[in-house]
Amino acid sequence: MTGGADAYYGRPVIKPPVWKVPDVPLYLYLGGVAGASSTMALLADLTGRDRLACAGRLAAAVGATASVGALVHDLHRPLRFLNMLRVIKPTSPLSVGSWILAPFSGLAGAAAASQLTGLLPWAGRASATAAGVIAPAMTTYTAVLLADTAVPGWHEVYRELPFVFAGSAVSSAGAVGMLAAPQESAPARRMAVGGAVLELLAARRMDRNAGMVGEVYRQGRAGAVLRAARVLTGVGLGAALLAGRSRVARVAAGVCLNAAAAATRYGIFEGGRESARDPRYTVVPQRPA
Amino acid sequence: MARNRLSGPLADPAGEVGYPADHPERVGFFTDTSICIGCKACEVACKEWNLLPEDGLDFTGMSYDNTEDLSGTTWRHVAFVEQERPTVDLGMPAMGRDSDQVRWLMSSDVCKHCTHAACLDVCPTGALIRTEYGTVLVQDEVCNGCGYCVPACPYGVIDIRPDTGGAAKCTLCQERLGAGSMPACATACPTESIQYGPLDELRARAERRVSELHEQGVTSARLYGHDPDDGVGGAGAFFLLLDEPEVYGLPPDPVVTTRDLPSMWWHAAGAALTAAAMIAGSFLGRKR
Ligand code: SF4
Ligand code: SF4
Repeated sequence: MTGGADAYYGRPVIKPPVWKVPDVPLYLYLGGVAGASSTMALLADLTGRDRLACAGRLAAAVGATASVGALVHDLHRPLRFLNMLRVIKPTSPLSVGSWILAPFSGLAGAAAASQLTGLLPWAGRASATAAGVIAPAMTTYTAVLLADTAVPGWHEVYRELPFVFAGSAVSSAGAVGMLAAPQESAPARRMAVGGAVLELLAARRMDRNAGMVGEVYRQGRAGAVLRAARVLTGVGLGAALLAGRSRVARVAAGVCLNAAAAATRYGIFEGGRESARDPRYTVVPQRPA
Repeated sequence: MARNRLSGPLADPAGEVGYPADHPERVGFFTDTSICIGCKACEVACKEWNLLPEDGLDFTGMSYDNTEDLSGTTWRHVAFVEQERPTVDLGMPAMGRDSDQVRWLMSSDVCKHCTHAACLDVCPTGALIRTEYGTVLVQDEVCNGCGYCVPACPYGVIDIRPDTGGAAKCTLCQERLGAGSMPACATACPTESIQYGPLDELRARAERRVSELHEQGVTSARLYGHDPDDGVGGAGAFFLLLDEPEVYGLPPDPVVTTRDLPSMWWHAAGAALTAAAMIAGSFLGRKR
């Protein structure tokens, strides 16, 4: 038993999250891509890159809608999902998050609808602008959502986690831009590279500062998934640097960076669950020195 | 007042959320495990009163504990700890090996009705509320089963009920309190190991009980969850234990996770601005 002689039959002290796979990891990943894509679309629009703006708007709408879908699907009483908007509670990251996600997905959806139908272009543009301004919050509130729990693997890294998520969101949105708007992909490539670097640096810092619980991100399934994510990020990063000249590199970067972003979310989710299952991670740090 | 919204001592949690000054006194449980006999009358009384379904009849191999854990359908849980340890030889028949004897530790666990309750803080729907008695209650008709409260609780108490999909835990028998009765478990407890009453009174009684036990030579007796300065601002249900908390499956020094929430939001804001700056910076070059 890893719980040490003193734990109660090796049973968990806290309850492991009841959130489901793939719902919640998907929700985390999609929210990130959607957010960063929306800001990318806004800036592309402002700088006259129409194709990139269009790609960003569509990615934002699809990502946000699917993210809402995953969240609702995860509820144990999905018909009551609107209760999420019953109150505004600053102490609840899920309440704050719902109040970010709901307007964002509405605006992103409206922008994409206008883009696709050509109807009400001014309203579409206004929606896209508003969405692009809210969007950066979409890339990091989910980190607070995980960290604001008793789960040692998530709570202990609350300083670094938002930066990991932000980096991963920016690089995956850049990757989407590279895939969808090759002719205007220079800014998207820079996003892919910068985001990947931020993600790798933040993940490294997280690993250093996590203390004892950091081992859940190095061992077992979570460890394997996160190692794969790091390799994918590295390959994607390298490919993005060459993507200006090579189509193969561009596609490889696009695919690898998105796979990496999804794997990062899943690995962190899984590592947190493991840290909740093993009583050691709860008990040992709390024991009087 | 706002200073201690998220953590730290808070004299009147019910008043803090806006109940008028004449709200009832804060009530809670003092569970004195030194006189628990492990009869599980509390578990049964709780299930009966609250109409909770059974969880299956399984052998767990955990001594006499076949209940395993608090859950959405189990709101009292009696832990059984068997410890083999050398004892003074009294020439009496003993269980276990010659020089060792089995010591039994039994403790009836329950929701702590925290002063700063993480479950309540993180609930996005407002389903979890502070009652006029200062306790923490789930309003089942509001809960949408998001499950956020489950990993937020530092004691692993609240859980989603498989049969309803809603979160559930001890209500401190809210409707019995309203009728002037004691909670079912405290009423059923034959040894008064579970004591119910105004929290201040219970805290004073617990201090006396600990000194009494220390005088009798039971130096391992200690209180758990009684201190308003602890990580959850003091528990509404606290305990007298005879060993370290983790031996009973309790966290040694839990802290309400929302204590760090302001810092979490600052870090998230910093990261969001970093992301925004990074995207904007990517558009600075002129190349298409
Ligand atoms: S013990 Fe857990 S479920 Fe009970 S009030 Fe505290 S945080 Fe909520
Ligand atoms: S499961 Fe119900 S009680 Fe728990 S946080 Fe969600 S809405 Fe609130």
